[in-house]
Amino acid sequence: MSLLEFFQRHQREILQATWEHVWLVGLTMIFAIAIGVPLGILVTRKPWLSKPILGSANVAETIPSLALFGFLLPVPWLGGRADRLAIVALTLYALLPIIRNTSAGIANVDRAVREAARGMGMTDGQILFQVELPLSVPTMLAGIRIATVLTIGIATIAAAVGAGGLGEFIFRGLAMVNDQLILAGAIPAALLALGADFVLGLVQHGLRPVR
Amino acid sequence: MPARTTHKDASQPVIEFRNVHFSLSGRQLLNDVSLTVAQGETLVLLGRSGAGKTTALKMINRLLAPTQGEVLVEGRATTEWDPIALRRRIGYVIQDVGLFPHYTVAQNIALIPKLEGWPGERVGSRVKEMLETVGLHGGKFEQRYPSQLSGGQRQRVGVARALAADPEILLMDEPFGALDPMTRGEIQNEFKALEGRLKKTVVIVTHDVGEALVLGTRIGLMEAGRIARIYSPHDFVHASDPMAAAYMAQLRVYDEAKREK
Repeated sequence: MSLLEFFQRHQREILQATWEHVWLVGLTMIFAIAIGVPLGILVTRKPWLSKPILGSANVAETIPSLALFGFLLPVPWLGGRADRLAIVALTLYALLPIIRNTSAGIANVDRAVREAARGMGMTDGQILFQVELPLSVPTMLAGIRIATVLTIGIATIAAAVGAGGLGEFIFRGLAMVNDQLILAGAIPAALLALGADFVLGLVQHGLRPVR
Repeated sequence: MPARTTHKDASQPVIEFRNVHFSLSGRQLLNDVSLTVAQGETLVLLGRSGAGKTTALKMINRLLAPTQGEVLVEGRATTEWDPIALRRRIGYVIQDVGLFPHYTVAQNIALIPKLEGWPGERVGSRVKEMLETVGLHGGKFEQRYPSQLSGGQRQRVGVARALAADPEILLMDEPFGALDPMTRGEIQNEFKALEGRLKKTVVIVTHDVGEALVLGTRIGLMEAGRIARIYSPHDFVHASDPMAAAYMAQLRVYDEAKREK
C-alpha cells in the first residue's frame, strides 16, 4: 500500500487528528498570548521582576517536554483531563518567546520618542497603548510566530498523555514499527507548522508600523 | 483639568527657580539654582555638556523634581501641579525630535490637541496652520511619515507639534543641534521671527554661543550645576568674566579665519 493510498484510506482519522491538533495549539496560543504579553509589559515596568519572570520561563523551556507532561500528571485539576494538562504544559513552553519579544520590542522603542511622549504630557497608559505597543508589534509577532511553530511540534508529544492530536499516529506508528503511520502524523504536523509560519509572516509584514 | 488662567499678573514670572538643588545617586547635578523667566522672554541656558542645562530644563515640566528648593510655573510649584496637566501646557522640543515613527506628520502634530479633546475639524485646521507656521507649505507633508523627511523638516515638525496646542511655555533642548550649519541658521532665523510673533515664554538649552546670541533675550551661563550669571545678549558680548569671554573668543576664531582668507 502506497503512502498516498494510506492517506486516502485514513483520510477521516487524519483530518480528525489534525483538527484536534489545531484546537490544542490554538487554545495554547490564546492562553500564552493572554499571559505572555502582559508579563512582557510588566517586565519593562518593573525591572526587578525581569530576572524571576524570564528566569522561570527559561527554566520551563529547558524541561524535556515528555518529562513535563509526566510531572503534571499527578496535579489534581490537571491529571484527570488530558487536554487540559496538555494545554497547560504547552502554554508554559510558548510563554518564553512571547514574554521575551514583548519586552524586547518595548525596550527597543527609541528613547527620544518615549521622552517626547512623556514630556508632552501623555499618561503612562497612553504611552503604552499609543506608542510603545504599536511600535513593538513586529517584534511581538515574531515571538508569537516562533512560539506557534514550536507549539505545533511539541503538541505531537501531548498524545503521550492521551490528549489526542497528530502525535497519536506517531506514537502508534512507533509502537507498531509502521513508517506510514508515523508519517501520517508527521507530515500534517510539518505542513501545519509551515502554514502557520507563512501566515504569521504575512501578518507580521502587513502590520509593520512604518512602511 | 484646571481651566486656563484668564487674567495674568504681568509682574509674576512665568517660571521661577528658588534655590533648586538636584542630585541623582549621589551626584549633585544642580546646585542652588535661582532664576526667573518673565512672560514673552527667551532665556537661553548656555554651558558645556554636563553643566546641568538639560537637568534644569526637565525641572520645568517636571520630568525631574527638585531634591531641594522649588520650581514654580505660573506661580505654582511643579510638585503641586498634576504633571500631565502641567506638561500639556508646555511645548517640548528635543534634539532627537522624537516624532512618532508610526504616525504621519499630521498625526504627530495633532497628538496633543486630540488628547486635549479638540473637535476633529479644529484639529485638522490647526495642523494645516501649524505646518504653514513652521514653513512646511503646500499640503504635501501631512500624509508623510517622519522617515520620509529631511532632518530640517523633522525638526520643523517637532516645533509644530510642540506649538500645536498653543502652550504658554516652550522648552527646547538643543533643538537645532543635529542640523547642518546652513539649515540650522535658516531655522534659527525663522524661529526668531516666529517667536517675535507668538510671544511665548521660551527656555532653550544650547552649547552653541551663536545660537544663544541669535535667539536669547537673556543668556544664563551654567557651569557645574550652577547658574554662573545671567546676561543680556549685549552684556554677554562685552562681559569681562572669563567664561563668557572664552565663549566670545571662540566666535572670534571664525571671524579671524574669515579675515585671513
